[in-house]
Parts: sequence; C-alpha cells; structure tokens
Amino acid sequence: MVELWNNYLWPLIWIVILIVVIVVPLLVAVAYLTYAERKVIGAMHLRKGPNVVGPFGLLQPFADGLKLFLKETVIPTGANRGVFIAAPMVTFFLALVAWAVIPFGEGMVLANINVGIMYLFAISSLGVYGILMAGWASNSRYAFLGALRSAAQMVSYEVAMGFIIITVLLCVGSLNLTDIVMAQKTVWFVIPLLPMAVLFFISTLAETNRHPFDLPEAEAELVAGYNVEYSAMTFAMFFLGEYANMILMAGMTVILFFGGWLPPIDIAPFNWIPDPVWFALKISAVLFVFIWVRAAFPRYRYDQLMRLGWKVFLPISLAAVVVVAGVLVAFDLTPVVK
Amino acid sequence: MSFIQRSIRTVFLTELLSGMWLTFRYMFRPKVTINYPYEKGPLSPRFRGEHALRRYPNGEERCIACKLCEATCPAQAITIEAEPRDDGSRRTSRYDIDMTKCIYCGFCQEACPVDAIVEGPNFEFATETHEELLYDKGKLLANGERWETELAVRIAADAPYR
Repeated sequence: MVELWNNYLWPLIWIVILIVVIVVPLLVAVAYLTYAERKVIGAMHLRKGPNVVGPFGLLQPFADGLKLFLKETVIPTGANRGVFIAAPMVTFFLALVAWAVIPFGEGMVLANINVGIMYLFAISSLGVYGILMAGWASNSRYAFLGALRSAAQMVSYEVAMGFIIITVLLCVGSLNLTDIVMAQKTVWFVIPLLPMAVLFFISTLAETNRHPFDLPEAEAELVAGYNVEYSAMTFAMFFLGEYANMILMAGMTVILFFGGWLPPIDIAPFNWIPDPVWFALKISAVLFVFIWVRAAFPRYRYDQLMRLGWKVFLPISLAAVVVVAGVLVAFDLTPVVK
Repeated sequence: MSFIQRSIRTVFLTELLSGMWLTFRYMFRPKVTINYPYEKGPLSPRFRGEHALRRYPNGEERCIACKLCEATCPAQAITIEAEPRDDGSRRTSRYDIDMTKCIYCGFCQEACPVDAIVEGPNFEFATETHEELLYDKGKLLANGERWETELAVRIAADAPYR
C-alpha cells in the first residue's frame, strides 16, 4: 500500500498539482490579455476601452467569460456534431499542453525533456488541426475558407520558423529549453541574431493568426472565418486557445531570443527579482508588441501573405542557417555538447 | 540610387517602425471618448429628438388640428382625428405618433403653423416594448409640459434662421 502510494499515487497527485499551478495562472493571464488588448488598442484609438465592470473595468474578462458560459451552444443542423464539438477542445487542449515544457525559472519546469523545442514545434504544428476540423465540420463556406487559409498560412510560416529555430539551436547545441536559456547567460541571442528575432516574431504573428496576418478570421470578407458557426463555450474555448497560443508564442520568442527568465543584467537589484517574474515581464512586453502591431497595421492580402512566407522569409531564413553555421565553424565557436 | 534607398527602407522595416511609433505616441494622447451615461456631448438647438405637443402660456393647446403634419409626414407615422370642442373651437380628439415609424426628419415641426408639434432634445426614450412607443395625445402633451422650458429656449435660439 505504502509502495503504491509512494511510487504511483503521490507522483500522480503531485503532477496534477503542478499542472493546476501552471494552468490556472495561464487562464487568468489569458483573461487579462484580452483585457489588455482592448485597453491598449483603445488607448491607441484615443478610446477608453472597458472601464465599467469593476475598477478600471478589471472584472470585464470575467463578465465576458460568464456571459459566454451562460449562453446556449448552437450546433448547426448541417454540422458534423462530433467533429464540431471536438474542434474547439483540440485547439484548447493543444494550447495548454505545450506549456508542459516551458521553463519558468531555473528548474521550474513540468517536464524538462531534452527535445523541448521539438515538442513545442510539434504541438504548435498540430494546432492547425483544431482549425481545420472546425472549418470542415461547420459545413459553412465562410468557416471552410477560413480554415483553408489558416492551414495554408500556418504551414507556410512554420517552415521559416523551423529554420530560424535551427539558427538558434546551432548557437546552443541543445534542444532542451533550459539549456537554450542558460546559453544566453552572457548575451541574449537577440543581439547576435537580431534579424532572426524579427523574422521569428513576424512568423509567430502569422502562426497565431494575429494581425496583420489574421486572414483566417478576416471580418471583412469571411465574417469570422473558421469560428463563424461557434457560440458560447465552444467559441470561448477557441478564444482561450488562441490567446493561450499567443502567450505561448511570446514565451517561445522570449526563451529563444530574450534570455528566458534571466534578468537583463546579472547584478544586484535585477537578480533579486524571482525568475518567473522576469519571464512574465518579458512575455508581457512581447505581447504588448503583438497588440501594438494589431493597432498599427492593416491586414495583408492573401497572396501577399503567401509571397512573404515563401519568397521572403524562407530564403532569408535558409540563408541565415548557412551564414550562422558558417560563422560558427569559421571562428570555431561551435558550442560543446555536454 | 532610389533603388538602394528603397531596398534599405524595405529591409530595415523603417516604414513599419515609423508607423508603429506613430500609434505608440497616440497611446498617450488624451482620450476623446465621452463617458456617456455620466457625461454627454453638446446638442444643437436644431437637434430632432422625441416629439412633444406644446401649450400656450395660458394652458390652451396650441394644436388646431390642421393636419399639415399628418399630411407631410413621409413615414405616415402621425394619425390625427379632429372634432369641435364644446366651446366650438377646433381641436384634436386624437393625436398619435408611432415612434417606431418616425424617421425623425423634423418635417412635422416645420409644417406646424403654430409651433405645436416640436421635436425636443430628448433622445433617451428607449423602451422594452413596442406598445410603449405608440405615443398618444396625452403622452405628447405630457412631454410638452416636461420639456417646455428647454423647447422655448431652443425655438428662440433657432428663430433667427427660420
């Protein structure tokens, strides 16, 4: 009995506790990301944004959540019920499951696997399935077109993203996310690999279907794209999944280029602040740029989007892999694999 | 040369960055939003809101049932029935406005020879049922009593331009 408890039950309970500790703050962060988005874009439009529910409108996300929770889930008659309901769950599940390997601080990671970055990349590639399923199961032309665009877009930008990640990995010599962060102890990769960081950031915008690449849900021509038929909690799950993905991508940007949880300068007042706080601050900064970009730029046309992905990003990132590898070999800087 | 300049601009994203800088500066500008139910914007004296039937200072109804407003109403929202009153003067026995038909064009108040039907400054008269928006004479006269001070000021302010 004791053996059963020690070897199986307790580790299981401990993992569940850890998952809750990660997921609950994540969902609160998602709620406040929507709030921040509305506030920041409001400010940039000279508007006020939500300011009625609670002080400064701080309870607005919960009011919205409650509203979505209480509404009726409408399933169109033409829809494929099983797939229709599974699609938002898949999106939401994949957005959460990726957080298993994100290191929030030194040793503060649920699963410190050695192929962390591969895992992240795989999960974010799977994200397209939720959208495809939604578009197909809705049995609506808008949803279907949105899903098609989304699939093409996410696949195209993933190629460039893969090469950009390879340039970082060449400088690290490990796929482990903790190792990637620790390799930036002396200098964040954003400094030697600045063009890659910019490219990566733009690719994450396309990957998360954010402005100016939000063609899958272009209001002007597709109404709301793949989630046009969704209502209430099914819609809320898409929404949560999308925003959790945004935070995840911001987290990836921070880990790959902005030194993860490391303070900007490793001296007294900066390294007093605990690691997860630095990580959260950096993620918030990247998310601010996500929102800022949305306020600043109009939407791309679809062919422009594809041209940017295949004819600009892909060659540049491919060349960058060669250049970075060449420089590392030429100056004998190749990292030693421990 | 221009080609080089253009390429440099494209590669370093200068135009995108300057656009972003512009939106960033706008973030700190004062907001133009009015906190609506608590703050309200100014209204012109010509603003055409909720209707009212006015009375003379001695309490007599202004409306003489000439039915010009009914005739001119493009939405046919006004219904008037008239008959002589006990003292022999001609007055309306029925004066209805369907506020859900009304398009707030203001033709009725322009047609009125005695400034009886007017559109006041009130635009906050939303109701929960359709029936509540079918105004009868009593409701319109009550509106006139409630808004008279403001209506008189507005008519006086607009008089020089009529």
